[in-house]
Amino acid sequence: MSETAKTVRSTCPYCGVGCQVDLKIHENHISRVDAPFDVAPNYGRLCTKGRYGIDYVSHPSRLTYPMIRKDLGARPRKPVGLSSFRRASWEEALDLAAEKLAAIVKENGSDALGTFCSAKATNEDNYLFQKFVRGVLGTNNVDHCSRLCHAASVAGLQITLGSSAMSNSIAEMKDLEVLLVTGSNTSETHPVISTFMREAIVKNGARLIVIDPRQIEMSQFADHFLQLKPGTDVVMFQALANVIVNEGLVDQEFLENRVEGLEEYLPSLEPFTPEYAEEICGVPAEAIRQAARLYGKANAAAIYWGMGISQSSHGTDNAISLANLALLTGNIGRPGTGLNPLRGQNNVQGCSDSGGLPNVYPGYQLVNDPDLRSKFEQHWGVPLDPEPGLTTMEMVDAAESGAIKGYYVMGENPMMSEPDLLHARHVMENLDFLLYQDIFMNETGEYADVILPAVSFAEKDGTFTNSDRRVQLVRPAIKPPGEARPDWEIIQDLALRVEEKLARKGSAGFKFTHPSQIWDEMAELTPPFQGITHERVEKEDGVHWPCPTPDHPGTPYLFTDTFPRGKGKLTPLVYRPSVELPDNEYPLILSTGRVLYHWHGGTMTRRSKLDDIYPEALVEIHPDDANDIGVNSDDWVKIRSRRGEIEVKVLVTQRSSKGMVFLPFHFVEAAANILTVDARDPQAKIPDYKVCAVAVEKR
Amino acid sequence: MDKEKLVQLTIDGKECQVPEGSTLLQAARNLDINIPVICLHEATTSEGLCRQCVVEVEGWGRLAPSCITPVADGMVVFTDSERVIRTRRTILEMLNASVDLSNSPELQVQMEIYGADPERFPGAKKREREILDDNPFYVRDYSQCILCWRCVQACADDMQYTYALAIGGRGHDSRITTFFDVPLPETTCVFCGNCVAVCPTKALQGKTEHLLEEGLQHHEIRARRREERLEKRRSK
Repeated sequence: MSETAKTVRSTCPYCGVGCQVDLKIHENHISRVDAPFDVAPNYGRLCTKGRYGIDYVSHPSRLTYPMIRKDLGARPRKPVGLSSFRRASWEEALDLAAEKLAAIVKENGSDALGTFCSAKATNEDNYLFQKFVRGVLGTNNVDHCSRLCHAASVAGLQITLGSSAMSNSIAEMKDLEVLLVTGSNTSETHPVISTFMREAIVKNGARLIVIDPRQIEMSQFADHFLQLKPGTDVVMFQALANVIVNEGLVDQEFLENRVEGLEEYLPSLEPFTPEYAEEICGVPAEAIRQAARLYGKANAAAIYWGMGISQSSHGTDNAISLANLALLTGNIGRPGTGLNPLRGQNNVQGCSDSGGLPNVYPGYQLVNDPDLRSKFEQHWGVPLDPEPGLTTMEMVDAAESGAIKGYYVMGENPMMSEPDLLHARHVMENLDFLLYQDIFMNETGEYADVILPAVSFAEKDGTFTNSDRRVQLVRPAIKPPGEARPDWEIIQDLALRVEEKLARKGSAGFKFTHPSQIWDEMAELTPPFQGITHERVEKEDGVHWPCPTPDHPGTPYLFTDTFPRGKGKLTPLVYRPSVELPDNEYPLILSTGRVLYHWHGGTMTRRSKLDDIYPEALVEIHPDDANDIGVNSDDWVKIRSRRGEIEVKVLVTQRSSKGMVFLPFHFVEAAANILTVDARDPQAKIPDYKVCAVAVEKR
Repeated sequence: MDKEKLVQLTIDGKECQVPEGSTLLQAARNLDINIPVICLHEATTSEGLCRQCVVEVEGWGRLAPSCITPVADGMVVFTDSERVIRTRRTILEMLNASVDLSNSPELQVQMEIYGADPERFPGAKKREREILDDNPFYVRDYSQCILCWRCVQACADDMQYTYALAIGGRGHDSRITTFFDVPLPETTCVFCGNCVAVCPTKALQGKTEHLLEEGLQHHEIRARRREERLEKRRSK
């Protein structure tokens, strides 16, 4: 069995840690996953998803040929299963898709299209996608699920530092003195990063502060565990800042040289005394003081956060309040100090880097900057729209109002991930055309007119960029099923057809024969990538951007001398309570999130061995609340919100604080987002997935 | 930074200088001298458990486990003396007498190199254990376990910091187990498989590989999983 011997180095397709994996291939299946012990970022460590959850790529329900909806044109559009589609050739499917997209551009204008690129696809796929959307379809309406995860972290860091990425590398973690982990259930959502955190604590004596409404596993390793009430983050972090200022723990030199805005900021801290925070957050004032002293006195402290900070109607404020702490204490710009939003998807960093956002070209170059736009116009040879496009949820709004007529969705599942799903699903019925490109059928694909089968990460070349900005390779390890094709090839063939239909033939340049050429074009247009090539990434097992020249070593940590906006900006904040709080009718707070064994909308993990150990949704309820409702573990409950209701099994656990229930959003049969509220952060437009009001009753 | 203090010693007649605090094993590896190991893995901490890495130090009465013995000035070390080789051969023969080593290629190679006699201890009893198949991800066949302890280390402070595995029993009855001997899903285990990755035998083996070796095809493995799930649901 010669195939047994084959081993292929690649990058794990699950989370933003970007673990390097060695895929052992047997008869075109992945039979074992190992990790190289001498290679960053994971050094041999994997989590259960990377080690045992990659079998989804060989699931029999993979899409293997293009398909067209049988009742094409019937209105209203209804969600249907695969049996309501017919098999089509690539020619027919691409021709039809191109014709429909071109017709919408001609009749309704370019902005009548909304497009979703993918944090699961490669940098090269996403670069080409946005080039097609901007250069051929003529709109900036391109966004992806990062809007629904770290948009608020990006907005907050843009305001305070002018940057939007993790400031440190994972490897620096072992030398930290103090870690502050908040709004991140790290051991379940970024399990391998959590092992390096625990190494810093257990082996190297680092101290840990955990600030989270749930008693997560990392709290067992904490010196200070502050279990705050959901949605009171700004009060907590401003109170920490208040103590740091009042007890003289600020870094005076850093404030003088690197920071501005102190005069306006200091008075804004006055109301946020630890006693006030105790009242709002439900955490003893003394515990807040102790945590503030630990963070304030540390020589090297870093903050790590996840969705608990950003998925909030005041997510931007949350992120700013963390940046304020780092700026006050000078805990940024040196090895192991900094501000680290832990990215969710394998390539959510890279998808954003590659221009998969409505307001920027690759490398965060603003579409409304005339010089930058002109650079792309000249290179692509087409005029470009100077106005930023719509964000994901604005595209849903626009579909509802009729302003958007068609969607092109690549590797995303907005019909599981948007808040207030029943509403979002209803909106899909309005569309004239939906083009769907993925490896599996999912809840969004059920609304499609044309389905294009793509290949998985294990069947293609390209790069992913992990959470610490490390560009790493994915390589073909198995043969794709049936007629499935790489996303970039599909986009290119579609682009050529649409160009022809719009009489813009040969305009933007779609003549690529390998993803490395696509990367080279992106790098040429994007200064921080200019020193990176596929060849170099292969040789060095990954390169951290920014890397402006071929002899530049790459940049593991940021902001040594300056911030992208010049000086760091301390920003005054006020406390805005969450939009929907409990009342008599809906007395409990619902927070949504993830569990170790599943991934997002479940498209991958529910087709994997992982589903065997965690096969159904469980709502986590505190024992006191369970007692009030009259339920035990394994009983069924009905959860109602103002948007909808679901039925789900109970897990009674002290992980949830009293008054709050936790529900994972992976399970379509108990879709958490039927309940969630579409309440958006005013700056980042991210919805609040962590606080809405629900009623729970025994079924 | 202070310059590291160097220590001078002789290994197999070759002189070398290594930083103070190095082990004899590290010093030998610097000289490209190969010393065999069983319990040590690049991701785990040296514990001196298996004693396969023993070397002879001039003037010492006992052999020194090189993975945990620090270098000292003027040491004269022999890594392949007759006594060393006899000891290594005996270790392999005793291991082989108590454990099924047929699935550990590295140990088979060492048996060959040291001329270990598989029949040296005919009266010995091999440990026999039932295969433990209590989770969807990997199986545990402790009849193939050589008690190197790597899995326990990986689960604890060398990789995962999860502490689901432990050592139980004494002497011939020593074994790797979980606390209170409960099935893995009832422990703190998070099924990262980092223990499986460092296992030198097939005591720990991914379930997919295990079933492939039993002759199942990939689609049959999937079908079996489906059946097991349905069975579980019915039994509830």
